[in-house]
Amino acid sequence: MRRALPWVYMALAYAFIFLPVVTLVLFSFQDGRLPVPPFNGPTLKWYADVLGDQRLMSALLNSLLVGAGSAALSCALGFLAAYGLARHVLPGSLFLRGLLIAPMTVSYLIIGLGLLIVFNNYGPGPSLWAAGVGHVVINLPLAFAIIYASMGAQQENAERAARDLGASEARVLTLVTVPMLAPAILAAFFLCFTLSWDEFIIAFLMTRFDVTLPVEIWSLLRSGLSPRTNAIGSLVFLVSTLLVIGLELFIFGRKRQ
Amino acid sequence: MTAPISIANISHDFGDFRALDDINLEIGSGEYIVLLGPSGCGKTTLLSVLGGFIKPSEGTVLIGGRDMTGVPPAKRPTTTMFQDYALFPHMSLRDNVGFGPRMAGVGKAARNAKADELLDLVGLKEAAKKRPYALSGGQRQRVALARSLAVDPDVLLLDEPLGALDLSLRRAMQDELKQIQRKIGTTFVHVTHDQEEAMAIADRIVVMNGGRIEDCGPPDRVYRQPGSLFAAGFMGEMNRIPGTRKGPMIDTDMGSLPAPNATPTGALTLCLRPEQIGMGKGGWDMGQARITDAAFFGTHFRCHLAPEAASELALIAHLPPNARPEAGSIVSLSADPADLSIFKAET
Repeated sequence: MRRALPWVYMALAYAFIFLPVVTLVLFSFQDGRLPVPPFNGPTLKWYADVLGDQRLMSALLNSLLVGAGSAALSCALGFLAAYGLARHVLPGSLFLRGLLIAPMTVSYLIIGLGLLIVFNNYGPGPSLWAAGVGHVVINLPLAFAIIYASMGAQQENAERAARDLGASEARVLTLVTVPMLAPAILAAFFLCFTLSWDEFIIAFLMTRFDVTLPVEIWSLLRSGLSPRTNAIGSLVFLVSTLLVIGLELFIFGRKRQ
Repeated sequence: MTAPISIANISHDFGDFRALDDINLEIGSGEYIVLLGPSGCGKTTLLSVLGGFIKPSEGTVLIGGRDMTGVPPAKRPTTTMFQDYALFPHMSLRDNVGFGPRMAGVGKAARNAKADELLDLVGLKEAAKKRPYALSGGQRQRVALARSLAVDPDVLLLDEPLGALDLSLRRAMQDELKQIQRKIGTTFVHVTHDQEEAMAIADRIVVMNGGRIEDCGPPDRVYRQPGSLFAAGFMGEMNRIPGTRKGPMIDTDMGSLPAPNATPTGALTLCLRPEQIGMGKGGWDMGQARITDAAFFGTHFRCHLAPEAASELALIAHLPPNARPEAGSIVSLSADPADLSIFKAET
């Protein structure tokens, strides 16, 4: 009995975490109009319906574009900031570092509102681009923190050796620094992509006609529950899971080195 | 390729700390120089000045007759082999070694040929496609050497190259380094704090302390006739016997001996290596001493001795094994006055 208790606790904890997702995935295969018990046997018709839906598919494409684009930009800017702060003595570099990481503590809603005001008054107004910019704002601190943390003496010495062997600064960066930091940069990229892929508030505030997938799902939910939304949810979950697995692989790959 | 180095009046300050204090040194083409000293003595700073990583506060460095004082590392005919090797972990050994030629614009086929040739020189031809993490410490050290040599430097600077290796590997790599240096003829400047390594490898040893050169010369001379009290102590175990000059003689607690011509006046320190103390009669009879401890080392007994005339003076001597010295027994000691190194006593 004593020995079984921890296992029971563990099972309950995992059930608590995964029950909503399991329910969502299960009822995406529901043969009926409502995603509620009883389960009427499996069907793939909702998936066919979703994959054939023009608006959903364009929202999915938009999400991929915004995710990949904002993650790439966040990593590029985050890398440059980390390289600058790690390799050069700057006045107030502690303060600069804090300032870079500070947006992580601000809620997405506040950031979204600020961006909305700025884009409406001084910019081209809400669009997919605006949502992408919003995602760079929230992901840059994260990308910076991950890449900065992995910059150590090892890279610095290799950079010094490369310079000594006649490499220009540009070639030190492209042939030594970036390849050596590739695991951290890729980890940051996948994490940023995942966060952008799931992000709703900023995407909702910053987009108008072309929307990202979470925003499209939200507008579908307003017309009531359907196994269709479960099917979309399952697909989104699948993509996120794949991304997280990719991230894990790069982190473990780094440890093996 | 090879070039001489001329270091003139080099001083360098880190804030208030004077790391190098008026260093003057001439290094010949193809010479193997070892900078030896305790940590903080300025040897690595001097190496960084030669490599161009530090611009000295004062003085000039000429390499191959050209003023290199303010020239950045990449534009110097020097290459540095760093203490932790600083290999590129994401590149194969061939690409690591070929990196320098690649930066110089050498084509892929030519630089691969060069890399293979150098990997062959250091005995790693078969491993050209491996990555650095698949290698042992000694192999990494060889790759770092090959990579440094691939740019045909006139001068190779080695910053504690053997520091990360275990003792037996270190001794084996010393011989290998020296052999390779002889083969290619490049000037080597090597930094270490290990005096055995320095003696085994150097054409000339430069003993440094407190940012100054204490002594400079061939290993046997620096060991046997050190130029300063510090060099005497740093090069190995040393007996220090206090003495005073009185006219043509030096008085010590263990008898007096004729003073050589250059002996300074006043309080003196007489230095003798443990193996320079013998038993029986000799040029300088040091009287009787009691053996307080004796340990067998194969080629000799290492004995702690308390002279009867000066029992507070603990001497260490290497006595021959056939003498069978035992703790508690009394022996008479002697030394050849020519072996003595005599310095003004430190106050």
